[in-house]
Amino acid sequence: MGGDDIIEVRDLEHAFGNFTAVRGISFTVKKGEIFSFLGPNGAGKSTTINILTTLLPLQKGTVRVAGYDVAREPGKVREAIGIVFQEDVLDRDLTVGETMEFHGRLYGIPREERRRRIDDLLRIVELDSKRDERTKNLSGGMKRRLQIARGLMTQPEVLFLDEPTQGLDPQTRMRIWDYIRQVNGAGTTIFLTTHYMEEADMLSDRISIIDHGRLVVSGTPAGLKNALGEDVVYLETEDDGKARDALSGIEEIRSVTESPRGLSVTISADGSHCLPRIIERVRGAGIGISNVNLKKPTMDDVFVHYTGRELRDTGA
Amino acid sequence: MAWGFLTVYWREMIRYVRFRTQLFSSLLQPALWMAFFGIAMSSNFDRFTSSIPAPAGVIPLDYLTFMAAGVIAMTTLFTSLFGGMSLLFDKNWGLMREMLASPMPRTHIMLGVSLSGMTKSFIQASIIMGFGLLLGVQFFPGYSAARIALSILGIFAFVGAFSLGFLLFSSTISMRLESPEGLQGIITLLTLPLFFVSNALYPIQAFPAFLQTLSIFNPLTHLVNGIRYFALGGDFFAVGARYTTSTVDVLGSFAYLAVFAAVMYLLARRTFERAVVT
Ligand SMILES: Nc1ncnc2c1ncn2[C@@H]1O[C@H](COP(=O)(O)OP(=O)(O)OP(=O)(O)O)[C@@H](O)[C@H]1O
Ligand SMILES: [Mg+2]
Repeated sequence: MGGDDIIEVRDLEHAFGNFTAVRGISFTVKKGEIFSFLGPNGAGKSTTINILTTLLPLQKGTVRVAGYDVAREPGKVREAIGIVFQEDVLDRDLTVGETMEFHGRLYGIPREERRRRIDDLLRIVELDSKRDERTKNLSGGMKRRLQIARGLMTQPEVLFLDEPTQGLDPQTRMRIWDYIRQVNGAGTTIFLTTHYMEEADMLSDRISIIDHGRLVVSGTPAGLKNALGEDVVYLETEDDGKARDALSGIEEIRSVTESPRGLSVTISADGSHCLPRIIERVRGAGIGISNVNLKKPTMDDVFVHYTGRELRDTGA
Repeated sequence: MAWGFLTVYWREMIRYVRFRTQLFSSLLQPALWMAFFGIAMSSNFDRFTSSIPAPAGVIPLDYLTFMAAGVIAMTTLFTSLFGGMSLLFDKNWGLMREMLASPMPRTHIMLGVSLSGMTKSFIQASIIMGFGLLLGVQFFPGYSAARIALSILGIFAFVGAFSLGFLLFSSTISMRLESPEGLQGIITLLTLPLFFVSNALYPIQAFPAFLQTLSIFNPLTHLVNGIRYFALGGDFFAVGARYTTSTVDVLGSFAYLAVFAAVMYLLARRTFERAVVT
């Protein structure tokens, strides 16, 4: 593991009673990265975050965060991190301003600095007009935004975001992506979990997928999608049967299926490089093309490919 | 960072003044005890005991005056035992995680909560003393202003030490329990014996020997001793019995409460340092 790894997890295991939620995972996160941790419900994401943030004791394995061992120097780890929890955890009877103030004091941020950051952050998450409102009177999205602002306040080395945009409208979600990028740009490493695949895709430098407490795959978003090798080209032509014959012999083509709505051509390599040749071939055979569509695998496809289709809310 | 507990204290006090009903009832409850129980019981006790003559030279005190110290003690006991409740809610609602994940030393959580519990007990004790004086409680008989001030400090020292011990106890229990009902059950179970095996409402001189012995180990007895010593003096006569308390006795009582608080502190610290929240 290199010196620029800000999180190092080796053979991490965690059991609740006789149920093992995390079954020996290892991974590293590089300084300055946005790292996403994906997995179905109950996969063990929050459990892992709780161990990395010292809220659960380390049972087995080694975990270093920001250069400190979580078991040996939990205090140092706590100084280096910030967390936005999956659940809404706001004191209902404190105002927005007091919530921020309390957090800033917990981390011992000096008064002037605290005031400045609170002003800035409330403006960024557009809650400055709600400063004196009790948190119980905020909408769900406002609560999330407040918690994100709170997590950002301490300018941690590593920020853990456990499903930060759950239940937010698309505008708010995109704005939060912007903040996350901003904070990341200022040097904070981001550890993110999410069930929104396009979110992971857009934000992450690297992604790991966890299922049943085990890591199943890791890589960059593009790498993971390409590795599926399932780009599909949809073609509508004057004569699908002839077009199909014309396509034989292009070696990247894995299969061609005909349907009433046209041809689906599955390609084992990068489809965008193959597309021009497909079009040339069909045109060259004198067949007109009325519609072309290239569908690359999405993170959804990657996710379902590695974790299967069954529902995970039950059981594990 | 060494002042982290003030942050927790600040938040607890915001909550205290913000929960209007809680604030109101915590201020009203001791006054109601004084007004109803005190007046009702004093008419009875004073009738029974007026036939017993006070020894020459000792000031006889009426029952209301005698029990006012007990009401301060009892109120402090209740408030302190319930003081950990806010931690239980913090824990159940996930709010505790914010504090546990922060670099603030964990002992400061319990110190902040304890300090706020002590403040509440001081406020309540002041109300009881103020309201009691209105009802005719003869606290501080013939004291000079300076001695009254000193006596109030003495009472606060006792109330503070006692409430600290029970607040830490209550915090420890709260951190280990899942439900507020559980805490309530434990409090109910504890308050009855603590309260009745003490000298809060009646003299213990007439107790059977083993109850007398028990009452000596009861922190409430020592709190009441301290309050009476400072409020009524070292030698008075009430409810048919003479009370003489020397400086050494009072220091002994205070030491007992201090040791109790210290033991509770160690217990609470252990609990907090190991606390995990899921
Ligand atoms: N305190 C606990 N006691 C017992 N089992 C637990 C506890 N916390 C978590 N688990 C179990 O551990 C497993 C992993 O839970 P975890 O919260 O880590 O999942 P997750 O990946 O965060 O899921 P989600 O996407 O639904 O948030 C689940 O089966 C859960 O039931
Ligand atoms: Mg989770």
